[in-house]
Amino acid sequence: MLSVLGRLGRAVLESLARLGRWFVFMLALLPALPSALLRPRLIVDQLYHLGVLSLQIILVAGAFVGLVLGLQGYSILATYGSAESLGVVVALSLVRELGPVLTALLFAGRAGSALTAELGLMKSTEQLAGMEMMAVDPLKRVVAPRFWAGVITMPLLAALFSLVGVFGGYAIGVGLLGVDSGSYWSQIQSQVDFFDDIVNGVLKSLVFGVAAAWIALFEGYDCVPTAEGVSRATTRTVVNTSLAVLGLDFIMTALMFDV
Amino acid sequence: MQNTTSRDIWVGLFVALGLAALTLLALNVSNLLTLPSSKGYVITAEFDNIGGLKVRAPIKLGGVVVGRVESISIDPHSFRAVVGMNIESQYSIFPKDSSAAIYTSGLLGEQYIGLMPGAEEAVLQAGDRIAITQSAIVLENLISQFLFQKAAEETKE
Amino acid sequence: MSAVPSGEPLIEIHNLTFSRGSRLIFDRVSLSIPRGKITGIMGPSGTGKTTLLKLIGGQLRPDAGEVWVDGQNVHSLSRSALFALRKRMGMLFQHGALLTDLSVFENVAFPLREHTCLPESMIRDLVLMKLNAVGLRGAHDLHTAELSGGMARRVALARALALDPELVMFDEPFTGQDPMTLGVLVRLIRKLNDALGLSSILVSHDVAETLSIADHLYLLAEGRVIASGTPAAIQADASPWVQQFMQGMADGPVPFHYPAAPLQDDFHLPKVQECDRC
Repeated sequence: MLSVLGRLGRAVLESLARLGRWFVFMLALLPALPSALLRPRLIVDQLYHLGVLSLQIILVAGAFVGLVLGLQGYSILATYGSAESLGVVVALSLVRELGPVLTALLFAGRAGSALTAELGLMKSTEQLAGMEMMAVDPLKRVVAPRFWAGVITMPLLAALFSLVGVFGGYAIGVGLLGVDSGSYWSQIQSQVDFFDDIVNGVLKSLVFGVAAAWIALFEGYDCVPTAEGVSRATTRTVVNTSLAVLGLDFIMTALMFDV
Repeated sequence: MQNTTSRDIWVGLFVALGLAALTLLALNVSNLLTLPSSKGYVITAEFDNIGGLKVRAPIKLGGVVVGRVESISIDPHSFRAVVGMNIESQYSIFPKDSSAAIYTSGLLGEQYIGLMPGAEEAVLQAGDRIAITQSAIVLENLISQFLFQKAAEETKE
Repeated sequence: MSAVPSGEPLIEIHNLTFSRGSRLIFDRVSLSIPRGKITGIMGPSGTGKTTLLKLIGGQLRPDAGEVWVDGQNVHSLSRSALFALRKRMGMLFQHGALLTDLSVFENVAFPLREHTCLPESMIRDLVLMKLNAVGLRGAHDLHTAELSGGMARRVALARALALDPELVMFDEPFTGQDPMTLGVLVRLIRKLNDALGLSSILVSHDVAETLSIADHLYLLAEGRVIASGTPAAIQADASPWVQQFMQGMADGPVPFHYPAAPLQDDFHLPKVQECDRC
């Protein structure tokens, strides 16, 4: 009993300490962010690693999610005789929820973990300390460009995901199940609102981008500089980012759609 | 350095694709194109009951969207609902004695305002108020009316 | 850099105290590093030799005491002044600490690109010059993953020299190198120190190599300076600790056994008298 209490206490203290380090990291990174924008070259390099290399998984996943939404949505809507609304169901669920959220989850697995591992490796091989000794601030040179790239990448990936998904739903609904092509698009256009749905979806993915990049970079920067420490940090990145994304999604959905 | 240029092309392609996807979503998937142009003019109408009418609900004439609901408020003197309607400027064709009614698309669909043109020569201008209106049908009222009538018929017999 | 008489020390450390957790690493250590010389700092593993370099470079803060580098108190400097001072220091990390996502050329060019606005052609010339000095001009196209350990250290040395520093700190440059590479590194450090008028600090526990090139030696152990002087003087030092370290004896003032409970207690052995069989 006492040992359980002791473990609980240790866990609480440890997470409080992590929270503290998280805030310290945040405060240290904030002033480094503006100057990183002056060196677009570094951000472009990271856009390649985070964005281009994530394209494949995002496009494939988006297409499949669209296909599945098309099948499931059709089978439900057809029972109510409103199969024409298939486009709306597919488009709204993608643009509002699935696009931003699934993209963020996939990003955490594909790019976030890579960010953490890369930064952890740089820490454990003294590359970060080496930069400091060369009078180069690693927060400005290494962390800030990766942060910006993450924030820029996420909405673009989410938009691609949603668009591919809408076409996936189209392929199933119109191509396979015989929904009228014209009503698929016209229903979407009349029901999906630019401000309520598209802009809110983009806002969501921007917030997810900030969260995912921040968590991944913090875990890498904060990791124990050993092989084991890096692998643990990578796992933590995926877990924490996923939880943060789902939690933030709930809060933002509640705020945005006045439920 | 060759590596760098091919990377740049990929990044450029990625950003272009992403932006194109955003634009397509905005233009093709949403109602951005059908949003009221700011050049429209606003007329108002008073209703006893607007039911579930919402801001940005469509305003239709013969099924064609001619504008959007811009504001919904209460007139403090008459206690009636005042609906501001933004009509696209190309449709400045409504006679002064036009009427407005709130309809529901389908049994459970969204509510919209239907306009019925009148016969007068003079045309509605910005700031004018439509005098003849028909409120939204509230299902409860309809049912209670129906029951009341039934009861009255039975007592007559 | 050679304008100041070489007798005046470049670095002075006064009563430096530093502890990690409850472990005291340095206990009021005072030492000075002369200009234009190679100063060796030796000691067993875990005596905080690397920590000393990090304290000099301002990456760590001491609990007490001061570190003066060229008349500036390192730990009272503002961040920008500290960065300015660091530009005049080069540090060679134990494993090179090369940036793994850059080529050899870009690694050496890194400090130049970060701190200067030189045109590309001049950066190219400077980088190739520095690489030539360490004998790796031909390797400038290689990726860091393709380098052997010794080559990586030489590239790191070229990078440390990129900004023409006055002070170069070598952290265990000899560890884990084959004899041939060792010879190359030893000669390189000596040659560059003399040719470029550097002051070098060489942290190592490789006795033979360090003795062969250092002008001055400090022996650290248990948080204190145990001995200091020229290599010859150290070798002649009669103190048993110094002799044990220099000759690599397994037992001596530094015991072979980590402090432990008596053997009988740990293995639950019965006291000899109680054993009736023997």
